[in-house]
Amino acid sequence: MADINISERQAGDVTVLDLDGKVTIGEGSVALRNAIRRLLGEGKNKILLNLGGVGYIDSSGIGELVSSYTAVNKEGGVLKLLNLTQKIQDLLAITKLLTVFDVYDSEADALASYS
Amino acid sequence: MSKTIELKLPSRIESVDESAVFAEKVARDWGYTDEFLSAIDLAVRESVANAVKHGNKFDEEKQVEVVMTDAAEGLEMTVRDHGEGFDVDEIPDPTNPENLLKVNGRGILFMRSFMDEVGWERAMGGGMIVKMLKKR
Repeated sequence: MADINISERQAGDVTVLDLDGKVTIGEGSVALRNAIRRLLGEGKNKILLNLGGVGYIDSSGIGELVSSYTAVNKEGGVLKLLNLTQKIQDLLAITKLLTVFDVYDSEADALASYS
Repeated sequence: MSKTIELKLPSRIESVDESAVFAEKVARDWGYTDEFLSAIDLAVRESVANAVKHGNKFDEEKQVEVVMTDAAEGLEMTVRDHGEGFDVDEIPDPTNPENLLKVNGRGILFMRSFMDEVGWERAMGGGMIVKMLKKR
């Protein structure tokens, strides 16, 4: 079974990626990287990552979130995070990345923030 | 009396998951709680990933050795690689503002955050050993 499933949906001009599974070293991190690259290749650079289904993330996965954030920024876009689990919130706090990412608990609020 | 169990793994990415599954089962068998297991899981993943990537540099001829001990104070774990070694004091602080957007370098921070004691030493015969303790 794949470490992670990533499904895509469009909400106006924002692309929401729903992640379900593990974002860890190897397959999970690579899948996220590929999904972000593909969206940027399609000119979709307003991206909301829904992490509500991510049960596990390691330092490699956190690194991939950072890499995604900088890749999207470089293309003039915006990447935000939605529905952090307590564990991911703890890890982002430890790494001080909560000061970097724009984080939302409500999808409606997150989508409104892009306009 | 303390119990000790050892696992030797090849230096490939799949070994990270294998070590975590192994460590969780062992710790559960030894009666540790779910919260405790979560910390062990993260620490073994990060330390084995470091050993595979940075220590043994994916050379599958070199093994990663995980030793777990159910000691009086808590669960002790060592992870050894057979690489060139490093000075942990020279690892950049990932929470320093200038390093926040770096992709790598957070594994050691996680190990230190979730274990009670973490230390590194050069192994006899080469390589590095990271020693960790999670107290009961």
